[in-house]
Amino acid sequence: MLRIASRRENSISPLTNFVLNGGFIVLALACVLPVVLVIVVSFTHNDSLLSRGYSFFPAKWSLIAYESLFKDYGTILRAYDVSIGITAVGTLLSVLLMALYAYPISRQDYPLRPFFTFFLFFTMLFSGGIVSKYIVFTQGLGLLDNYAALLLPLLIVPFNVIIMRTFFQTTIHPALIESARIDGAGELRIFVRIVLPLSLPVMATMALFSTILFWNDWFNALLFIRAEDKYPVQFLMIRVLNDIQYLRENVQLAAQNPELMRNLPNESLQMAMAVVGMGPILLVYPFFQKYFVKGLTIGAVKG
Amino acid sequence: MHARWKLFWKYRYLTLMIVPALAVLVLNNYLPMFGVFIAFKNINYIDGIWKSPWVGFDNFEFLFTSGSIWRIARNTVSYSIVFMIVNLLLSVAIAVAINEIRNRLLAKTYQTFLIMPYFLSMVVVSYLVYGFLNPEKGFLNHTIVEWLGKSHVFWYSETSYWPYILTIVSAWKGVGIGAVIYIAAIAGIDPEYYEAAVIDGASKWRQIFHITLPTIRPVIIIITILNMGHVFNSDFGLFYQVPMNSGPLYPVTDTVDTYVYRALKELNDIGMSSAAALVQSVLGFALVLLTNASVRRIDKDQALF
Repeated sequence: MLRIASRRENSISPLTNFVLNGGFIVLALACVLPVVLVIVVSFTHNDSLLSRGYSFFPAKWSLIAYESLFKDYGTILRAYDVSIGITAVGTLLSVLLMALYAYPISRQDYPLRPFFTFFLFFTMLFSGGIVSKYIVFTQGLGLLDNYAALLLPLLIVPFNVIIMRTFFQTTIHPALIESARIDGAGELRIFVRIVLPLSLPVMATMALFSTILFWNDWFNALLFIRAEDKYPVQFLMIRVLNDIQYLRENVQLAAQNPELMRNLPNESLQMAMAVVGMGPILLVYPFFQKYFVKGLTIGAVKG
Repeated sequence: MHARWKLFWKYRYLTLMIVPALAVLVLNNYLPMFGVFIAFKNINYIDGIWKSPWVGFDNFEFLFTSGSIWRIARNTVSYSIVFMIVNLLLSVAIAVAINEIRNRLLAKTYQTFLIMPYFLSMVVVSYLVYGFLNPEKGFLNHTIVEWLGKSHVFWYSETSYWPYILTIVSAWKGVGIGAVIYIAAIAGIDPEYYEAAVIDGASKWRQIFHITLPTIRPVIIIITILNMGHVFNSDFGLFYQVPMNSGPLYPVTDTVDTYVYRALKELNDIGMSSAAALVQSVLGFALVLLTNASVRRIDKDQALF
């Protein structure tokens, strides 16, 4: 009773509460309005863009950007295919490989544990840098224009392996493994039948981390992908923005090619491209953010 | 010796489990580590990486006499420090404030909005920024600047605005997710401290400055020190995509990462770029060791190793 009373007494005054809420509404708007602007522009009619520019309240709406985006642009659908494929395969492989590495180094009785733990740690301390990686990937491994170049760099996130290891250490009691072994279960069976089912929460969180990582990646495509039919969505977005930018800045070039100028996608099309690129993440993140936040705080509190 | 091998043999299935990820680490992390030797070579495409001649420290000499190294080092370090301070102050302020919101459902809703930018890629962010800064039709020029009665600003070629723009974008993207960790830390504070404070007649401000902030201080210190380990690194997307690789902006947007990338892919200068990348890696290595040692002194459990 006393506790409830003191808590009520301790909460802020209605005025302060009002001001705080007002402040947070402004901050929340600051976060979403840029996204809203891009979405509105993608639905804005060209006439309206000419007279009012990018505006939150266009005079005339239009769906033409999306019509042309999906009519003429098989490129978009192909890029979607690439992104979905890379994200699905990457996430699956990533969670599996990280769990397979994290489990042995979580076992106190595993004699090679110190060595493999250090082997992982060291990659967090020192990196060869992108030039060396670029040369190794393109000249040594021949990964130019190979999807493996999009997968390999993001498969193992050392920090996430450490989080998984800590999870295994704290939730799976050694006695459990010992008793399973006495019952005649081999290491692989123990991992699949006991460790994995007990670790579903951390697996789900890792899968979320990986999904975001693979879907949002454009850097590896920038380095290693040249063939247009292998562009993931995020990289296609870079190309669309840059190409249009280039033509606009070179008005002379455009003047010599009226044909080119006429076919130049307008701004609403460009912004539709952005909407198509961010759409999937924006639609799903409110549902999984809870698990994401949980994973993030585990990582921060227990390194 | 024999007994030792027998022990390894006993655990062979665990070792087998490690192999796939081990292969990834070797290909993706360790081969590039050994590849740093190209910084000491004059790579040409005819001879390839193996037969190109060794040149000792020539590449580094070029790098340090070129003059641009100091500019990019200054940009990288100063942006890192500014972002670190701004994001820290805003994250902590938001975490403290959101904790005081009476309606918990509203607080959760605000948090959902505030972490949204974190889920967008830098490419998407570059589009969002372009929506505001497009010189002809962007929201700023067409609405705000005109409304103020000023003439249009060519944002993508005016260097003076970019230190602010980049800081705002970095905060926009990072503050919400940064606050999440402090929100969790504040949620873990025992409510009895506050109850005792209320009985003693402490005001809200005193509670914040004498209970909340001191309790989350270790978290703040550790996150700051860990960030210090990365002051020689910059977010490539932020400095390359958001200013749209615009040449006139290089004096204020060029960092080690964009410089290395441009030297590699646009100028094809492998020597210079590999030298710059190696300098960054070695300095980063030293810094991470240093910061880890400091974290260790404060809280052993939080140290990386």
